[in-house]
Amino acid sequence: MGMKSDIKLIDKKGLRLDGRKPDELRPIKIEAGVLKRADGSAYLEWGKNKVLAAVYGPREAHPRHLQDSSKAIVQCRYNMAPFSVSDRKRPGPDRRSVEISKIISEALENVVMTELFPRSSIDVFIEVLEANAGTRCAGLTAASVALADAGVPMRDLVVACAAGKIEDTVVLDLGKEEDNFGQADVPLAIVPRTGELVLLQMDGDLKQEELFKAMEMAMNASMQIYEIQKDALRRRYAVVAEEEKDEIDSAQEEAKT
Amino acid sequence: MNEEKPSVKRELVLPGEVVDTTGLRPGVGTYAENGTIYAAQLGIKNISKNYVNVFPLNGRYIPRYGDKVIGIITEAGASSWLVDINSPYPAPLHVNDVPWKVEFGNTPAYLKVGDTVLVKIDGVDEAKHVRVSMKEQGLRKLSGGNIIEIPASKVPRVIGKGGSMINLLKEHTGCRVFVGQNGRIWIDGDVDGIALAIRAIKKIDEEAQTIGLTDKIREFLEKESENIRRN
Repeated sequence: MGMKSDIKLIDKKGLRLDGRKPDELRPIKIEAGVLKRADGSAYLEWGKNKVLAAVYGPREAHPRHLQDSSKAIVQCRYNMAPFSVSDRKRPGPDRRSVEISKIISEALENVVMTELFPRSSIDVFIEVLEANAGTRCAGLTAASVALADAGVPMRDLVVACAAGKIEDTVVLDLGKEEDNFGQADVPLAIVPRTGELVLLQMDGDLKQEELFKAMEMAMNASMQIYEIQKDALRRRYAVVAEEEKDEIDSAQEEAKT
Repeated sequence: MNEEKPSVKRELVLPGEVVDTTGLRPGVGTYAENGTIYAAQLGIKNISKNYVNVFPLNGRYIPRYGDKVIGIITEAGASSWLVDINSPYPAPLHVNDVPWKVEFGNTPAYLKVGDTVLVKIDGVDEAKHVRVSMKEQGLRKLSGGNIIEIPASKVPRVIGKGGSMINLLKEHTGCRVFVGQNGRIWIDGDVDGIALAIRAIKKIDEEAQTIGLTDKIREFLEKESENIRRN
């Protein structure tokens, strides 16, 4: 934000640097269940962003003092690979990734039915392989698909999307240059079923009406992303849907030695 | 949803999707809000009696009272053992709950760290403190044999309807097989039999999502046991 530059972010036709209209998303692709050892996982490509999310648990929470006797805790680690940005990113947690980890775990805690698994921990790992603005939204979107893939009980998926302001115009889903040289960036996450907001941040300055417009844009786009998430999960379990599952009724049935 | 009462065709549902609005009761894997029932888990929708259920396709084993599970001893204390039952919660096994008379501090003489046991979930409280017991017919220390793990949600597939799959396995491999509800399977028999049983179970695990699984496995077992006999 705030950096001055003479790049024209919007051309005379009203199109952006990558040819998108102001209310257009970058292409999104999600694949569920990509990791074998994780309980659940998802790989997501959002424009030039590439993000991998893995979920483990519910499992025993360590260290013990983190355990909550009434509910599970959701622990998240957002991490950027050293090669994810053009200048090498110094590995390890920094101010930014600690913050993002915190807000993502808090957003997810809102939908996961933590009360079912007291004293346990649900661990979410988000690895950013390639970054091009909007990785926190990409990470959160992937993490919620991974959680569903892991069979974790949750009230709904979480969808995240950003909107912002460039050249005094409110636009959806900022790209790298727009993020760097634009005026504001507003990432948000919602629970699509209820429209509840579970994450809202703002970098830069917006007028009240601009903020509302940005939020509305991002929320509408979230519904599109929600469909992509559901589609990814359906594709992963497609075979199951057609199958006759008689055996599941005998879940209580027991083998005799 | 466009489905009527007894659901014969199984339908995949995702968390947050509406599973019923017709006034059925929320069963497992669902939650109700303002009279509408939603899926709480990714799974297969099922309607039985007045309940809508969502049977999970994935997920960890959560202990339930009465389940028979295969545990591994992880710690031997003075008057109890700690058993790993493949769930988020380790389960203590008290010396009063074993069929032997154990003197105080003498626990390792009966069960050592690493031993496997067949135990019953004897109690789960609201904070998910689990207790296990060995005081019932058939519960014992498992010696010999092999143990393999599959996701707990696929246990019903290995057992099959009315035990059809498990009987098939026993018949063709000549092994003794026990399937714990926590997804651990104990197999004992001759080397070839065990190897075949493990391959068959791996196949069930991988192809748990295909149609006519029991027939497929029967075919596989018949072909393979024929091969073994010939060699």
